[in-house]
Amino acid sequence: MNKGFLATVLFVFTLCAFGSANAEGLINGAGSTFAYPLYSKWAYEYNKKTGIKLNYQSIGSGGGIKQIKSKTVDFGATDAPLTAKELEESGLMQFPMAIGGVVPVINLAGVKPGEVKLTGELIADIYLGKILKWNDKRLAEINPGVNLPEEKITVVYRSDGSGTTWIFTNYLDKISKAWHEKTGTGTAVNWPTGVGGKGNEGVATYVKRLNGSIGYVEYAYALQNKLTHTRLSNRGRAFVEPSMDSFSAAAGNADWKGTPGFGVILTDQPGKTAWPIAGATFILIYKNPSDCRTTKTMLEFFDWAYVNGVDMARSMDYVPVPLQVYEMMKKAWAKDVKCKE
Amino acid sequence: MQRVAPNNGLADALFKGLCRFFALSVIVLMIAIFIVLVKEAYPSIRAFGWGFLTGSTWDPVAPEFGALPAIYGTLISSLIALAIALPVSLGIAVFITEMSPSWLKAPIGAAIELLAAIPSIIYGMWGLFVFAPLFAEHVQPFFIERLGFIPLFAGAPLGIGMFPAGFILAIMIIPFISSVMRDLFQMVPPILKESGYGVGATKWEVIWKVVVPYAGSGIFGAVILGLGRALGETMAVTFIIGNSFRISASLFDPGTSISAKLANEFTEAVEDIYLSSLVELGLILFVITFMALATAKLMTRRMAIKAGRS
Repeated sequence: MNKGFLATVLFVFTLCAFGSANAEGLINGAGSTFAYPLYSKWAYEYNKKTGIKLNYQSIGSGGGIKQIKSKTVDFGATDAPLTAKELEESGLMQFPMAIGGVVPVINLAGVKPGEVKLTGELIADIYLGKILKWNDKRLAEINPGVNLPEEKITVVYRSDGSGTTWIFTNYLDKISKAWHEKTGTGTAVNWPTGVGGKGNEGVATYVKRLNGSIGYVEYAYALQNKLTHTRLSNRGRAFVEPSMDSFSAAAGNADWKGTPGFGVILTDQPGKTAWPIAGATFILIYKNPSDCRTTKTMLEFFDWAYVNGVDMARSMDYVPVPLQVYEMMKKAWAKDVKCKE
Repeated sequence: MQRVAPNNGLADALFKGLCRFFALSVIVLMIAIFIVLVKEAYPSIRAFGWGFLTGSTWDPVAPEFGALPAIYGTLISSLIALAIALPVSLGIAVFITEMSPSWLKAPIGAAIELLAAIPSIIYGMWGLFVFAPLFAEHVQPFFIERLGFIPLFAGAPLGIGMFPAGFILAIMIIPFISSVMRDLFQMVPPILKESGYGVGATKWEVIWKVVVPYAGSGIFGAVILGLGRALGETMAVTFIIGNSFRISASLFDPGTSISAKLANEFTEAVEDIYLSSLVELGLILFVITFMALATAKLMTRRMAIKAGRS
């Protein structure tokens, strides 16, 4: 009868019930829902080859961070990177596993995908409730030739806490001073206006249904649901289309070497072809693991995924990690993961 | 008596003890849950105090939390549900007990019980994909055009929001309310009704002056039972309420409820104070539901005492 409350109790029980006991050839992980389809695909193929099993619970990035910190899993997965300070404090290291993009999608009668151009400033002002109609002067200015109707803009956001929201708000936070002061970056924020859909599919449904709406979803959802995406201006002052290439460009241009803990945030990266709202999904592991055998098995799996999982990732609309980043990871593992064997 | 084996006394005692243990464990569980909720919510209670109940900001970034819009949404969506479900349930119960030809009673009863068995996520998806578009295209524009000057009906025809949530909730609680009402009406002694007809009362008069007053506060109990379910309903509400943390006068505007807030944000809440505030929301829902059910129990007991005397 009282499900909200039941969820609370269940959650507490789950936290208690998780044993860290490890069976032979079993890797336990938890976290990011965004990366879940990819990790299960990789795990399935890897299991066929080696017999090693991955038990991955897609409970959300927040849960992933919590579980790895309480050492109930072998690795945590998060879409929002931890800061170098946080990593230091908890003895964790992190590395990116895959890259994805967040895409603004709109529903305007007669407007084709990619026809409307937007800038970060404009999106921020729409989501702040400052731009209310589609025929607003500032929107018309950068969209000459597009028939923008005098229609109210309905803002759609993710009602559930999510890495997608984190990436999206992080981008607006970087671009717009007003957004930074009023709202900030988070997996869930205090939205000034609009309606909330649960999950990517919730946002996609609302945007499809509500005329004059704007929302943001992961790239794969925009593709699969045939939503009308917009082009977006980037730091190189060019308008780019969302695509695997423009996400790769964002990842390639990022400063992986100079960022402690590889916690690179891929929003608003330099480069003429870079998509401005990209993000990586990260793995968190302990530098001094208590169970060295499992850690070794786990790193072998990740290594295999970096090298052999590239095509699988692409086919599922994830962008693989750039090669030079993979090489950096290998060095970091050798240097930082200490096993007393 | 001689056939009774000597160890049956022990079996009896064991059985009695076991039953008592099962019964008491429910109470222990309730108290344990309450204690855990208070303990987990304590950081938030200490940080925000009573302001948590009256604050209307929910900002996980700041972090600053106030629960008023969620409490408001929970209560209002449930009240809308009751306002719709009460007359419909009353009609169903009266029809089944007083008017329906006997061959129709069983199918109607079965259909209502089936409604109760549908998982709430199905209601939510039906609400979002079927009801909301119909409501937005055919019902809302009519009200907004003609009654839009009243704040209650202002806003855009989104098809999702406080009223649609209440409407879906109403469908979900009608089975509960109507089946309890049917049982109540069936308890009315036939002699009372026959006396009514005997002195020349119409069917309408018998129903309103004999049957319904006899069921009396039991009806209130049935309503509160429905309310209890509406207050805690999560999935269906999350789909259709719009998940917007604001208090709005309009029935058509999106809002949120306590359970929707929990379903949405529990998984990604990392900071301790954020998690603690969510647990405090759960605690508030626990208390509201508990009070509603306690009221129902009190009312039905009073009714039973009254019935016993007459």
